[in-house]
Amino acid sequence: METVEINLEDQFQARIDADISIEPKDWMPDAYRKTLIRQISQHAHSELVGMLPEGNWITRAPSLKRKSILLSKVQDEAGHGLYLYSAAETLGASRDQMLADLHSGKAKYSSIFNYPTLSWADMGCVGWLVDGAAILNQVPLCRTSYGPYARAMVRVCKEESFHQRQGFEIMQTLCEGAPEQKAMAQEALNRWWWPTLMMFGPKDADSPNTAQSMNWRIKRFTNDELRQKFVDMMVPQAEFLGLTVPDPAVKWNEARQAYDFGEVNWEEFWNVVKGNGMCNQDRLGARVKAHEEGAWVREAALAHAKKRAERAETQAA
Amino acid sequence: MLRPMQVAPSETPALNNYSPEVRQQLFAYVLQLADTSLILGHRLSEWCGHGPILEQDLAMANIALDLLGETRSLFQYAAELEGQGRTEDDLAFLRLATEYRNPLLVEQPNGDFAATIVRQFLFDTFHYHCLVELHKSPDAQLAAIAEKAVKEAAYHLKWSSEWMIRLGDGTAESRQRLDKALATLWRYSGELTTPTATEQALQAAGIIPDYAALRPAMDAHVAHVFGEATVPVPQGVFMMTGGKEGRHSEHLGYILAELQYMQRTYPGLKW
Repeated sequence: METVEINLEDQFQARIDADISIEPKDWMPDAYRKTLIRQISQHAHSELVGMLPEGNWITRAPSLKRKSILLSKVQDEAGHGLYLYSAAETLGASRDQMLADLHSGKAKYSSIFNYPTLSWADMGCVGWLVDGAAILNQVPLCRTSYGPYARAMVRVCKEESFHQRQGFEIMQTLCEGAPEQKAMAQEALNRWWWPTLMMFGPKDADSPNTAQSMNWRIKRFTNDELRQKFVDMMVPQAEFLGLTVPDPAVKWNEARQAYDFGEVNWEEFWNVVKGNGMCNQDRLGARVKAHEEGAWVREAALAHAKKRAERAETQAA
Repeated sequence: MLRPMQVAPSETPALNNYSPEVRQQLFAYVLQLADTSLILGHRLSEWCGHGPILEQDLAMANIALDLLGETRSLFQYAAELEGQGRTEDDLAFLRLATEYRNPLLVEQPNGDFAATIVRQFLFDTFHYHCLVELHKSPDAQLAAIAEKAVKEAAYHLKWSSEWMIRLGDGTAESRQRLDKALATLWRYSGELTTPTATEQALQAAGIIPDYAALRPAMDAHVAHVFGEATVPVPQGVFMMTGGKEGRHSEHLGYILAELQYMQRTYPGLKW
């Protein structure tokens, strides 16, 4: 038995190393399956919970055009949630169980959504910075080893890059507008900058799962590598907008050909992960409420479908 | 089944040829349609992220987006008819509550999913059948807007009709909730087909459909859906009116407080 197991594991790793995608019916180690279910469902949950901070501004959007764009964007996120839940289902996870894990707090979602959206400029920052960070995390996932996940991510990334441009465009409009609009943009950047740097996760030295995930090619870059890329991409964009990144340590390093930047407040990061962010309770509470209040609707749909099927059977008989 | 429009397209006066009076009536009517889609779209968008199941969250956002698209076309046309240099956003965001002309039905709160479905079904039944006829209007702009919107409204009506049936013929709880929603909302359905003086004038001029002529098809659809849902069609209910003439329920003020917040707080800025 053991020999067979080792062979399967070797064959599996050989496929991974040759960049051949793993498909639902292929043999895979339990730990690989579990890691993927955890990662994909967390990602799906993040899309679902991520609808809330932006949904918060749909009814207050400042123009009909912006309202339309924002509503489509939040709707895209619901769509991403659907593809990702479906991808996780191919690994044997059920949507009901994944949702139960979200609601019980067992499964996590991106901590960034536990920050409040306080002004219209937050719709700009969420698109520009949060979606920008998400894209850096997600583009490598288009080549991740598990086929259904990689294919879902191709679609997600296309839409995300569109969202990021929209976010930047909101910021640009504010920065080219009246002084109070520019102040709104700067105030939002001050609040969102550090939390978006935290989106890449703990420092490599404190990220125990990174090595295994890199080896399985579920992950392709380390947290610190992606964080550096993000800073290098965003600092010039902030300068272009005429905004100041709220980190006095940001400075171009000629030798490294990259920006130096200050230390993330890891205490805040872990606090928000543990549930102590401004909105943790509200976000999860809203999801649980929607699910519980929707129970009778789902039951009615099932009951009606069953009645129809029974009637069809009676007629056929 | 429906009475054809009295004016054939070839006899249509071009926009500039409308008399000032008709032009004013048409402006008021287009604004009424725009307000209706705006307010219902606003209500549906409140569901975003809070739906009973992800697929239905998507469906409601979809309908809200369709209505918002229709709203924009209508406000743009209204602005053109008015000719005072106001934009779609001026019209959507910078009027007083008494100047909004949506029927009372669409400003009613979302309530539970059953209330949202009943509100949507009653609106969709009217909206779809009205658009089918409006599409033949001699007013080319209205006809073009209706042509696009009627395809979307057909889908909305299918969606809300299917949910009426599921909820009516689902579980005891869904039936009880549907009954409760009907008891609250049916009384707002009559306003949709009760023409105001403005609508009567435009109907007489053959520019918009005669609502009485829409009734047979609407009633037949309602009877079919209620039959499938095993729910009796409410009879003899007193009908509330006033929204289309600017007499609203208390709900509209709160909708506008959110809707107008940015435009009122930062007057005259570009977003």
